Amino acid sequence: MTLTLDPPRIVKTAPLVQVRGVSKSYGRVVALRDVAATVYPGEVLGIVGESGSGKSTLLRMMNLEETPDTGSYTLDLPDVDGNLFALDRFARRMLCATRIGIVYQNPHLGLLMKHSSSGNVAERLLVAGERRFAVLREKAKDALAASEFPLERLDAPPIELSGGMQQRVQLAKAIALEPALLLLDEPTTGLDVSVQALVLDTLKRLQRDRRITMVIVSHDLGVIRTLADRVMVMRRGEVVEAGLADQIFQDPQHAYTQQLVHAKL
Amino acid sequence: MSLANLTKPWAPMSYGFLDASAKRELRRKMIKAVCVPGCQMPYASREVPMARGWGTGGLQVSLTLINPAMRVKVIDQGADDSVNAASIRRFLARVSGAPTTLDTLDADLIQSRHRIPEEILREDQVLVLQVPNPEPLRSVQPNMSIARQMHGDADYGRMWLQLYEQIVRSGRVMQGASYPSMVNGRHVMTPSPIPRWDVPKLHMARHLTILSAGREKRIFAVPPYTRVEPLVFDDVPYRVEDHGGLTCYRSGATGFFMNEIPQGDGTSTYEVSDSEYGVKAIRARDGEVVAMGETWYKDGKMPQ
Ligand SMILES: Nc1ncnc2c1ncn2[C@@H]1O[C@H](COP(=O)(O)OP(=O)(O)OP(=O)(O)O)[C@@H](O)[C@H]1O
Ligand SMILES: [Mg+2]
Repeated sequence: MTLTLDPPRIVKTAPLVQVRGVSKSYGRVVALRDVAATVYPGEVLGIVGESGSGKSTLLRMMNLEETPDTGSYTLDLPDVDGNLFALDRFARRMLCATRIGIVYQNPHLGLLMKHSSSGNVAERLLVAGERRFAVLREKAKDALAASEFPLERLDAPPIELSGGMQQRVQLAKAIALEPALLLLDEPTTGLDVSVQALVLDTLKRLQRDRRITMVIVSHDLGVIRTLADRVMVMRRGEVVEAGLADQIFQDPQHAYTQQLVHAKL
Repeated sequence: MSLANLTKPWAPMSYGFLDASAKRELRRKMIKAVCVPGCQMPYASREVPMARGWGTGGLQVSLTLINPAMRVKVIDQGADDSVNAASIRRFLARVSGAPTTLDTLDADLIQSRHRIPEEILREDQVLVLQVPNPEPLRSVQPNMSIARQMHGDADYGRMWLQLYEQIVRSGRVMQGASYPSMVNGRHVMTPSPIPRWDVPKLHMARHLTILSAGREKRIFAVPPYTRVEPLVFDDVPYRVEDHGGLTCYRSGATGFFMNEIPQGDGTSTYEVSDSEYGVKAIRARDGEVVAMGETWYKDGKMPQ
């Protein structure tokens, strides 16, 4: 009798995101050096690393806000082909608006502070071509509800909201169009521990319910441990170690990772 | 042999105040503007004997288009007899020899500030609108280089967001004059500060409209039979000013754009804003035979 084992899900599916050989320098500062990253559909990739290691830069590239000096980036989606870094400004903007969602560490980067919160979410839908006011409002409400934003503050401008609520507006905006890829840059940094836990809960629930593919950047190992399936450790613009979350946390190989994990424990 | 034998006798060789090269540049920019409806074309705005902001953009276009055989009409907020309109009209006549008229039906060239006449313009007529601020994106994007890029990308999400915000805050779209409008399905333009009442007149109009901003040095155009659609949500209809039911206290005309005249007792009376139309209505009422043109609005409504 032969025993046939199903290969794990990851082995069967093609990766959604493939970033290869990305390098970027700002003058003499090398922000990224030959960085590669792979994310499978429905998976959460955590990126940890010290300050200035290039995490945010990598995320900006994945959001197509910047182009690297070298490297390629592909998304395995219907009607999205080739190296995305080679797209023109127009195609890039449309792809970004409809397929990729991002939550910035600094809400000022991601939100129009003086527009209404629902308007911030609606903008995404408007860019995608929605022209019915009632639908805009309904969908904005749904997205805000999904990110557990208090709906009685629906039309309050973000500038009047707390940090935790601002992050929820960013999150609602990011998920409003059901993106294929959700990028989170330190989504909980700067929030107090209890609010941090609430935002993490929301992210976990979104991940479970919608199986959104996520890349989350944090220098807080606790956050990464709670959410990530796989972890990538960066230092000085390079990936020093990558692997399953358990593996990285239980059995770190690289000296820097060991130091990081120990410092946490 | 005297000097008189060597030179030609005097004869008029140019008209329209601007020199030939200035007019040529303006003509080229107008042709460009007609080719890409609603797209703003930069031009070298010349000096004219009038301060910037008083319609120098419109004046330069008129000076370029005018010839001694054209009839010119100039209006300001609908009125032919305001100081500004009268001065521009007199200046145009003086530098070109063109006859002037007050009657919309007789005019070949109409320069206007803030209004479109109530009588339907024909294919052989040209409307020149004075534009103070040609950039519809200014309120959402103060950086003009980025605004130009947004026009290039047809990136008008922020314009729509502005409308969304107005409805959320005030329950309706607050934009009055200069209502942003999509031209030919591609470029959003500001139709100059004409009231919302006048915007539908541009849609599929028979006449050519040229809009010109002298201070900002931009020309754009709505060629004949071009779509001009005010930005509106599918489920929040476009509304013109509630003037359809008002009656002019002087001429008795009903269903046109009105000027409100506040009275001492706190009420208001109204008079037709298109002054020459009002004059014609009065003369017709008094039994004169007057040619009244067909109007865009009928019984206060714009036929679809
Ligand atoms: N626009 C820029 N111009 C110049 N240098 C830049 C720019 N963006 C990033 N850098 C440099 O690239 C390096 C990586 O920056 P990055 O913001 O990606 O780090 P990070 O890993 O996100 O750090 P942190 O954890 O502090 O957010 C830094 O040395 C930074 O100074
Ligand atoms: Mg960062």
